[in-house]
Amino acid sequence: MSTISSGPRPADYPNRRPEEAVAEPTVMTTADGTPLKVSLSRKLRRSKIKAMLLVAPLFVFLVVSFVMPIFDMLSRSVDNPEVPTELSRTVAAIEGWDGEGLPPETVFAAAFQDIKEGAQNRSIGRVATRLNYEESGARSLIMKTARNVRNAEMPANAKAFLIDIDEDWGDPAIWHVIQRESDPYTLSYYLAALDMEYNAQGEIVEKPEYMQLYVDLFIRTLWMSLLITFLTLLLGYPVAYLLANLPMRISNLLMIMVLLPFWTSLLVRTTTWIAILQSQGVLNDMMVAVGLISDDGRLQMIHNQTGTIIAMTHILLPFMILPLYSVMKTIPPSYLRAARSMGASQLYAFRRVYFPQTLAGIGAGGILVFILSIGYYITPALVGGQSGRFITNFIAYHMQSSLNWGLAAAIASILLAAVVILYLLYNRLVGVDNMKLG
Amino acid sequence: MKKSTLLKTVAAGAVTAVAFGATTAANAETLNIVSWGGAYTMSQQKAYHEPWMEKTGDEIINIDKSGNALAGLRAQTMAGNVTWDLVDMLPADALVACSEGLIEPINHDEMLADAPDGTPPSEDFIEGSLTECFVPQIVYSNIVAFNTEMFPEDKQPDSIDDVFNLEDYPGKRTLMKKPINNMEWALMADGVPADEVYDMLETEEGVARAFAKLDTIKDEVIWWEEGAQPPQLLADKEVAFGSAYNGRIFNAAVNEGQPFEIIWDGQVFELDGWVVPAGKLDKVKDYLHFATDTQRLADQAKYISYGPARNSSAKLVSTHAETGIEMKPHMPTYGPNFENALPKNDAFWADNIDELTERFNAWLAQ
Repeated sequence: MSTISSGPRPADYPNRRPEEAVAEPTVMTTADGTPLKVSLSRKLRRSKIKAMLLVAPLFVFLVVSFVMPIFDMLSRSVDNPEVPTELSRTVAAIEGWDGEGLPPETVFAAAFQDIKEGAQNRSIGRVATRLNYEESGARSLIMKTARNVRNAEMPANAKAFLIDIDEDWGDPAIWHVIQRESDPYTLSYYLAALDMEYNAQGEIVEKPEYMQLYVDLFIRTLWMSLLITFLTLLLGYPVAYLLANLPMRISNLLMIMVLLPFWTSLLVRTTTWIAILQSQGVLNDMMVAVGLISDDGRLQMIHNQTGTIIAMTHILLPFMILPLYSVMKTIPPSYLRAARSMGASQLYAFRRVYFPQTLAGIGAGGILVFILSIGYYITPALVGGQSGRFITNFIAYHMQSSLNWGLAAAIASILLAAVVILYLLYNRLVGVDNMKLG
Repeated sequence: MKKSTLLKTVAAGAVTAVAFGATTAANAETLNIVSWGGAYTMSQQKAYHEPWMEKTGDEIINIDKSGNALAGLRAQTMAGNVTWDLVDMLPADALVACSEGLIEPINHDEMLADAPDGTPPSEDFIEGSLTECFVPQIVYSNIVAFNTEMFPEDKQPDSIDDVFNLEDYPGKRTLMKKPINNMEWALMADGVPADEVYDMLETEEGVARAFAKLDTIKDEVIWWEEGAQPPQLLADKEVAFGSAYNGRIFNAAVNEGQPFEIIWDGQVFELDGWVVPAGKLDKVKDYLHFATDTQRLADQAKYISYGPARNSSAKLVSTHAETGIEMKPHMPTYGPNFENALPKNDAFWADNIDELTERFNAWLAQ
């Protein structure tokens, strides 16, 4: 309640003296005498807290299972603890090295001590693995040295001693790598994920062509996801239309046919496609039987891009149909009839009246299918062969097989960034508020 | 079929364990043992686990995770909650795990059983097979097998060269989706003698030559990732040739009657064995002592055609438990099979696996 103390008074303002209002403010109170304002804000606060408590479990769950892992992943993609902690003396000693020729004796002595300590604690393997990502052969260099210095006394000339163990210590290359990777953070994983590397001069260059892999995979993942989204729309639109417009009895049956595969295990659906599409499979057998193709000319439809596209389109189809259906269900059939009665042709009425109303459903289904397919990895792994693999398969590969978690995190972060950018773009074009998920 | 028998065995084992648990519950334990699954875990179940459970009342749980054992150990150690008690892994992985302190160093002569004639383990196991943290069980081999029905009787392949010969031996091939073995075979088929293969692969020229040879069959290759895939693809006649672990092919040929034949020429053999995750030594040392003694290793060869890693066990290898066939001719180490065999070079692969795998993946994607 603001008291008006200045400003022009409206003409129809009640004829009351201002002093009176200041002296005797009319305070509305509740039955027990608390001012209404206080009581109301108390009530509001209480319901706010209640609402917050209701949301709290979900919030905590999201933080623990979503925000923290993403943060962990982002930090892991630049995290570089191995060299600074395991070779701490060497890192301190090599800081001032100008990179010309070999580093001075103090660096060799520090390396001797670091490797000896690491060998005794059996922790040297971590740094050996890390350096091997940058320079093939670094692992055996470090491990061989570790075996040799484990029980050795500090020699008078550490340089000669190490080079005697393995002549690679006499090559500046390994020292450049150590110096470059001596920061607790590194860009190496991101470079590797973008098919780039440092050259001997420490400049960032493209990898040789026969080593390039990931950029093409990112592009392939994106265009195949787009294609799959488009195919689900093409197949799903008529189905959703039938679902929304057929009599209840038939459309229920149709709905079950859409949902039944949706409830079936992903692995079952994927392996079924293998049985159907493989070269000795059902489809090829049938085509040979009716004489469409010869026995030698069986088509290769699985373990390649075709396999991935067919299987994923099928698996993701319900995610397109359901949002479309929920939107189409709300469009009154009278609109189309009205358009027809005003002389529009069937096609024109559909194009100008019906289709624009389903855009919200297309938008929702499209983004749902696209984002799901960009992150899919089991189906491409099983049916994709070589040409039908996604970038996600390499994230899994680096998590499980090569154990290069830094690289896996870098690839995943780039994928995340790509999805966020595409989402923002999509929001700009379609508008997320216009989507309807059902 | 195979899986259901395995399940039955595991279930039977569990029932036995429970039954014995009732009588000797006092200090019976549960051991989580990680291995490769399939026919291989089956052979361990029969040869080691069942006698051990009968003897002690312990319960043994098989976990089929050896394919990702190193990743699993790292993750469990990082999380500070190691649930695996004993892990079956390859020696190259064991070297890495050992240098990272993930697994226990083992004093072989102190912890393992002597041979029946008193030979200490360090002399009884195959020379050079014991490393700091690793106890070998078997020698297995990576071979290429073929389906005999895919080729006319008078024209059956018999050398590694034939795998790369599309003209005389047409048909799809299935190879493991890793550079390991494939690079070696490509060079051998290109005329490099077995003992020069790794020297050759150390050079850029050798690597390029191996990829060039693989290029000649690239379009005809289906790449496999799980050990169970090649026998399946061969049985379905999806492929004519398939690289595989020799035990899996033996299992399919003998137990399932598949018309498979192994090309022993150019086999790449290596060891496989146990490692103990850090902090688990006290819990599993008795089992480890039992499971790696001479008799147990010899028993395992009754179920799968992998050679025992102890010299004293090799003499005891007899016949297959179910079919009664002589096992010796099916072992990788059997004289005629061993003529052109290549020992896998773990040190080479430890150094070059990262770079060559990347290059291999890039090559595949081209």
